[in-house]
Amino acid sequence: MSFVLCLLCILLVPFAAAGLTLMHQGLGRSRSAAHTMVSTLCVLAVTSLAFVIVGFSLAGVNGGATHLIGHGSTAWDWAGAEPLFARGVRFDGSTGGLLLCFQMFAAGLAAIIPLSTGSDRWRLAPACASTGLLAAITFPLFAHWVWNGGWLSHLGLNFGLGAGFLDAGGSGTIQVIGGFTALSIAWILGPRRGKFHEDGMAAAIPGHNIVLVLFGCLLALVGWIALNSAAAMLFYGAGIVLVPKILLNTVLAASASCLATVLTTRLRYGKPDASLIANGWVAGLVAGSAGCVFLSPAAAIATGAVAGAGVMYLVELLELKLHIDDPGGAISVHAGAGLWGLLAAGFFSSISSLPRSGQIMAQIVGIAALLGFMLPLIHGLNLLINRFATQRVDADGDRQGMDVRELGAGAYPEFVVHGDEFLPR
Amino acid sequence: MKLIGMLLLVFGGVIAVTAIALLRQPVQQYCFVFAGIALEFLGLTLVARDYAQTQRNAG
Repeated sequence: MSFVLCLLCILLVPFAAAGLTLMHQGLGRSRSAAHTMVSTLCVLAVTSLAFVIVGFSLAGVNGGATHLIGHGSTAWDWAGAEPLFARGVRFDGSTGGLLLCFQMFAAGLAAIIPLSTGSDRWRLAPACASTGLLAAITFPLFAHWVWNGGWLSHLGLNFGLGAGFLDAGGSGTIQVIGGFTALSIAWILGPRRGKFHEDGMAAAIPGHNIVLVLFGCLLALVGWIALNSAAAMLFYGAGIVLVPKILLNTVLAASASCLATVLTTRLRYGKPDASLIANGWVAGLVAGSAGCVFLSPAAAIATGAVAGAGVMYLVELLELKLHIDDPGGAISVHAGAGLWGLLAAGFFSSISSLPRSGQIMAQIVGIAALLGFMLPLIHGLNLLINRFATQRVDADGDRQGMDVRELGAGAYPEFVVHGDEFLPR
Repeated sequence: MKLIGMLLLVFGGVIAVTAIALLRQPVQQYCFVFAGIALEFLGLTLVARDYAQTQRNAG
């Protein structure tokens, strides 16, 4: 592994966070734009502190100290046991420092995903508390299982299931964890005022700046290539020669997904839908991450195309059937496409000499762990926060917008006049 | 219904994971893992429907 190249990739990972933030801001309403940006900065700050102080201890490092549960001849490695405050990390050119920095950024990326779902109604303080738990408990736990020598990564070694659970770029570890947190937040907060009429019909509340959204997509691409490359090098020993393949697969998955969304929205609505196309682009990036180093270019295209075609239907299902108000489509894009990406890595990965059925089973067990252990844990922790500090803004805040309610001033004070335009008169 | 849904999610996960730990025959493993996943989706559906029903009732 090239230390310098890996460090360079890690330095570029924040571009993915910047891209997602611009998307969240643009897809939200103008009266909460400044609040979204401030929340993002605070969430990133909380993530950095919580992960370095506590999270890295749980995440651990491959071959380091761990908590084990014994079963027969195979021990289940379920959590890291590194010292708090990352005291065990040596900054001497070994991979320890890189692992710490990469996972800190990865946790930050997972933590900003729910901000999109909570847009226009999620108070800043509970958002920071929820983020603290994500960065200190849920993300590090799953990161240990998958990336740092935990039980999911050893499914192949211990139980003969392919090469163990594969998630090179973090489709599950970053995106599904963030997406499930977003789902939990959506359940707890409920919809925005005026989103659903009394007859159950959903009102379209369009984003306020689609140019920012689409620029965010381009920015996210740079960060995603770096994210996938760094993760593949750090956790799967990918050499420098595989970086062009990772780059190609990442771009192909996003491209196929984007075009699939253009096509499906064109067929369904008569014209391509800009915000859904942006979601399709990111869904491709998300789905392609899990197998970025294991897939052939053709498989990356297939993975992206399915993600792009599916994201529109998932957005509709959540909004129209399940009454979940997700302004930025984060649940569909990150949880939905992330789960598909994990499955696709099992179906399409090209690891020679290992039976494909075992690999598919390893991926399914990983998905079962995400649904069965991580989602209840995430939802339980967020309900606990809600018990002590109500996560949703009060009725006044609902009416005024989050900028005025929590920050005292709007993002665009000279240009925008707000009204309750989505409420029946 | 929400609590039952959450419990089904956890039970499904436990079934899927214990199947690969305790069973040795691949066919048996596959059956139990898929049963666990099916239970999880049932649980997820229950939680989601409970939330949707609550929202409809709230008007």
